[in-house]
Amino acid sequence: MIYDYLFKITGSEIISGVIQSLLPLLFFILPFALFAVWLERKVSAHMQDRLGPMRVGYHGALQTIADIIKLIQKEDIVPKETDKPLFNIAPVLVFAGSYAAFAAIPFSSVFIGSTIDLGLLFIIAVSGLVVAGILMAGWASNNKYSLLGAMRSAAQIISYEIPTILVILSIVMITGTLNLHTLSEMQTAYFWNWMIFGGPGSGLDKIIFIPLMLLAFLIIYLSTLAEVNRTPFDIPEAESELVAGYHTEYSGMKFAMFFLAEYANMFAVSAIVSALFFGGYQSPFGYIGNYIGLQWLVPIEQFFWFTAKGVFFVFVQMWLRWTLPRLRVDQLMAVCWKYLIPLSFVNLIIIGLITVL
Amino acid sequence: MILNMGPQHPSTHGVLRLELQLEGEIITGVRPHIGYLHRCFEKHAEAMTYPQVIPYTDRMDYLASMYNEIGYAIAIEKLCGIEVPERVEYIRVIMGELQRIASHLVALGTYGLDIGAFTPFLYCFRDREKILSLFEITCGARLLYNYIWIGGLSHDLPPDFIRLTKEFIKYFRPNIKELNDLLSYNKIFIERLANVGILPLETAINYGITGPNLRASGLKWDLRKDDPYSVYHKFDFDIPIGKGWFGTVGDCWDRYYVRILEMQESLKIIEQAIEQLPEGDVTAAIPKRVKPPVGQIYQRVENPRGELGYFIISDGSVNPKRVKVRAPSFVNLAVMGELCKGHMVADVVAILGSIDIVLGEIDR
Repeated sequence: MIYDYLFKITGSEIISGVIQSLLPLLFFILPFALFAVWLERKVSAHMQDRLGPMRVGYHGALQTIADIIKLIQKEDIVPKETDKPLFNIAPVLVFAGSYAAFAAIPFSSVFIGSTIDLGLLFIIAVSGLVVAGILMAGWASNNKYSLLGAMRSAAQIISYEIPTILVILSIVMITGTLNLHTLSEMQTAYFWNWMIFGGPGSGLDKIIFIPLMLLAFLIIYLSTLAEVNRTPFDIPEAESELVAGYHTEYSGMKFAMFFLAEYANMFAVSAIVSALFFGGYQSPFGYIGNYIGLQWLVPIEQFFWFTAKGVFFVFVQMWLRWTLPRLRVDQLMAVCWKYLIPLSFVNLIIIGLITVL
Repeated sequence: MILNMGPQHPSTHGVLRLELQLEGEIITGVRPHIGYLHRCFEKHAEAMTYPQVIPYTDRMDYLASMYNEIGYAIAIEKLCGIEVPERVEYIRVIMGELQRIASHLVALGTYGLDIGAFTPFLYCFRDREKILSLFEITCGARLLYNYIWIGGLSHDLPPDFIRLTKEFIKYFRPNIKELNDLLSYNKIFIERLANVGILPLETAINYGITGPNLRASGLKWDLRKDDPYSVYHKFDFDIPIGKGWFGTVGDCWDRYYVRILEMQESLKIIEQAIEQLPEGDVTAAIPKRVKPPVGQIYQRVENPRGELGYFIISDGSVNPKRVKVRAPSFVNLAVMGELCKGHMVADVVAILGSIDIVLGEIDR
């Protein structure tokens, strides 16, 4: 819809495609990252019997903007013994990796960066860039702590991608599509059509699917938590051991890029989880726009629902972060290889059998 | 690989430098380097008169200043043969035990921080704040008090103190349970600490470990019971020891939990002391210039971190000839290398936090 409009104005497929893919970035993710940083501070503060930022704007609402301005003004320090090209590329790569994922995420039925058919695969592939960026940052910093952090992070992210992909595969087996837009469209109407409640089907299948889907949801939520390096899996940047992990040596805007990428990533995985299991942008109980006959209201409502679900899962991530201690490296790997991967395989096989029969 | 941990590192509890020898992430050797906070306390003391030393003792273990003063004051009083009024002894016990709770709260809170749980840290500090306010209304200072003097105290208790302390005890009891629910019995927390950094009793005794670390290894040794000073023999309290609740006796979790149990015992002592608190004067009749007779004394007290000993030589003048301190943190830190072998980098932080050192006391 947006694409058609852009195509009419520009007359070029490439330009309109690029502009359309940039739209979520400009209109959603940058403001969201600012909001999420503020939210994290407020959530942590209120959980800890504090107030958090209160001075800049209403309840500190403009604090992040002030921080970003400060970080932009800062001197760009590149330590002497670093590998300079890698050191400079790394934050860009991490930033690009986590932001590119948004191109394929449907915010509403019309507000989608790109409706590619391999959407899920694209997101997983592009997120892989983040690992490369983190490794580069750790290696190029020429700091032992950074290197340890980067190695841990690479091991962790790659391990936890396996259960994520297995769960996504089991969803794909049920729905038969990798396109997030189609996937969301399938879970339309009421909330019992969401995948977590057994999907849009009916009959015995649907009831059998419910416990399996709950398990799948738990697995994917835990493993995405590990993929975005959040507590209890924030070992790559465990500040009590590794100072700041792979971004110890970074300062100024380069540090801010890692920082914003982290928050963008948090929303990206929450969006994927809500698109897979919680109907994506679908409202749980119909649209007001449909009732009162204002069709243009529907996409706006969808956008609201999508953001609400995403922010809710982001909130849960923050909640966990300020409640739980951190696992040790070997325990982290044990959780993945001993529990999550076997469970997700079993889940995959059972779901496969049910779909075949 | 040799990894240098500190002196600027978020979880070395100050300016400790640990030289870690690593094999991948497994530790093959640890060498603590100390001295970054050295302030020549012992040399300074030789140039001061006896009462002037007290503010310097505050600055050793700055989380347990009251207890440092108590130890020093008792030592000088014994050296001079001064009898202190009973009320003073009771107030010292109350202050000392409040200080123990405050010190353990910092230890437990920062320990959570080391393991990655940020929130319990602030909960602990919230409670410690109440104790610091009690100290503040008593002597005006929140960290370095100079409250306990030779032969007495600087002031009597303020009129509100007893009521506020009772309120604090009532407020604090449920908070220990809250801390247990929030942190101690957390599955991840237990996984991280149980069977990590096991300190067998024999090693502990050989290294001269004292305080909660020794008790966590299973020995009921507490100077408040075993070498009573002040009026501790009048109170009824237990000495908690490590039982290997979730792992082996003497692991990190035991060392952590013994401190929580000790806070409960301290509350008991404070309650009894407040009940029995006699009326009376708060300063003994001491000469204007404290001049102990020629001689020497070793006085030890049970500091929150272990046995705090003062060895003082007097040559009969107004200045001490020598003040040697046996700092519990200093002795306890020595076992670090033994505990860390074969563990991972993340465990170093857990072990160091469980030993609960204060660098101000190690370097003096």
